Amino acid sequence: MSEGKQSLSVWLFIGTLLLIYGVLILGSGIYALFHPPEQKTVLANLHPQIWWGALLIILGAIYTWTFRPGRGK
Amino acid sequence: MALPLAFLLAGSRRLLSLSGVDMAIVVIYFVAVLGIGFYLKGKTATGEDFFLAGREMTAWIAGLSFVSANLGALELMGWAAAAYQYGILATHWYWVGAIPAMLFLGIVMMPFYYISKTHSVPGYLQLRFGEPSRGLSAVSFGFMTVLMSGINMYSMALVMKVVLGWDINFSIWVSSLTVAVYVALGGLRSAIFNEVLQFVLIWLGALLVPILGLIEAGGWGGLQARILHELGGKDYTHLWRTMGSFGDNPMGIHWTGIVLGLGWVISFGYWTTDFLVVQRVLAAKDLRAAKLAPVIGAGFKMMVPFIVILPGLLALAVLPMKLTGEAQAIATGGHSYNEVLPLMLARYCGPGLLGLGITALIAGFMSGMAGNVSAFATVWTYDIYRAFVKKNAPDAHYVRMGRWCTILGVLVSIGTAYLVMQFLSIMDYVQALFSFFIAPLFGTVLLGMLWKRATPAAGFWGLLTGTASSIAMWAWVKVDPSALKYIALSPRAKDMAENMYRALWSWLICVIVTVVVSYITRPKPESELAGLVYGCTALPSEQHLPLYKRPIFWAGVVAVVFVILQVIFW
Repeated sequence: MSEGKQSLSVWLFIGTLLLIYGVLILGSGIYALFHPPEQKTVLANLHPQIWWGALLIILGAIYTWTFRPGRGK
Repeated sequence: MALPLAFLLAGSRRLLSLSGVDMAIVVIYFVAVLGIGFYLKGKTATGEDFFLAGREMTAWIAGLSFVSANLGALELMGWAAAAYQYGILATHWYWVGAIPAMLFLGIVMMPFYYISKTHSVPGYLQLRFGEPSRGLSAVSFGFMTVLMSGINMYSMALVMKVVLGWDINFSIWVSSLTVAVYVALGGLRSAIFNEVLQFVLIWLGALLVPILGLIEAGGWGGLQARILHELGGKDYTHLWRTMGSFGDNPMGIHWTGIVLGLGWVISFGYWTTDFLVVQRVLAAKDLRAAKLAPVIGAGFKMMVPFIVILPGLLALAVLPMKLTGEAQAIATGGHSYNEVLPLMLARYCGPGLLGLGITALIAGFMSGMAGNVSAFATVWTYDIYRAFVKKNAPDAHYVRMGRWCTILGVLVSIGTAYLVMQFLSIMDYVQALFSFFIAPLFGTVLLGMLWKRATPAAGFWGLLTGTASSIAMWAWVKVDPSALKYIALSPRAKDMAENMYRALWSWLICVIVTVVVSYITRPKPESELAGLVYGCTALPSEQHLPLYKRPIFWAGVVAVVFVILQVIFW
């Protein structure tokens, strides 16, 4: 879904950002597993950082790959 | 004064601190939006590029941008707060107060906006009614836009103050200058691209709160039971069944106010004539995309209560403290309604997720601000500067003016942000503004598009008297609060109810004046109305398209889902 004159799709920007965010959030979730914070959030036992970070990585990877520069050439 | 108090509060009270990974997420977001602006600068050469994104957006991009431009401070902070105060009734602003109007824009009105090749809503008024109507509309829109932008900034600064203890000035200047840079560089195209990015971030950053909240509350049934227990049996979870009387619901409004004031006048006025949102659709690549974009937007709009209203309801059920109005919160050191969303973020989001949630809020504020600024730049440049100050300048001159005007608009908005701080309720203030300008404008545009007998003089006088009457009614109640029983039909009506009815009356006054003046003045010949008015315009047929590609089909699907939701939450 590239937009006219620009060669890079907006979805590439979004995918890359989600990928970076996913890595950061998953990483902090794994770190919290081994070094639990002093002040826990409600339902921290469900480890939302880990599965939300993983979700962002999957979404980000799909969009980054699908809308990578030069696709279809 | 609220301002010095805010200064005192800043830094002295915070819900939590951001960790290193949270800060990294916020900083990366700012780098990304600025990067998009710099990347698109090279793609923005002409006026059409800068002000209308080259008219080459797909239906999906235009539709997501259409919703995102509206998903600013008003949505995220204001409606979560309203849900805490008024319960699920706040959802009316997303469903009956948005969906029918968005579908009407896409199917009925968009062809006239698009075929006329106008660059703005005031521009359409100029084509239909002449320069006086355009001038009045452009000036009132510009005034409203910078005020709305100020509201966005204030809300953003409030979040940063409450959640992080950041200085209110730092928050306002950093975010607003970022918006100024990326909109000034890439124009509407940059604003639209960033709005799509912001839309995704808002969802992914805010979605965890309702998911985890529902788990904690025990699902929707558990949430209802908890609210009933906490609020002594008051009904906060049904949309319509408490609307039979002003006194039966926490908003103090009757269903006629919701249906006629909100669902008809304010909603249709905002979604079909506010250039902030209409501009996104005008950037579509063809008429089918322009018609489909609001329909796509309506589909996503229906889902937004899940991340905005539900957190407010969940806060009623799970937060251990009672939230109050802004003044009481400041006096007692407690928390105000406007802090609902940050409090819920703090409750569920640990390091990393908190940064994403905060980024979602910042993205919401920036998308709203960018929407205001880019629309303001277009209306100022095309409908005020080119129309009344400097005609026939080269295209590059107007692009330069648009860039400078973007920066000027941000600076004026910063000034208004400090004014907004004096108001206790953000939402009620916004609703008052809507009823001043938007409701009469809807009457003028609607008659202009659908009634060929409406004359240029009638368009101007209808708009002027409608706007003036709205301001007069507002002032009347301010001076004499007992006048509320005439304006809102009940002395018990709350501010929002008053705004609904004031919008309805000002719309009626606009329509009546327009009709009366039309019959005593000379209409335009039909040959001059081609492309502007129903009955004088040849609308392209869509019969050759398969059903699933027709905007009317998807509008029907959205309408059916809309009705089902009303029944489920009746």
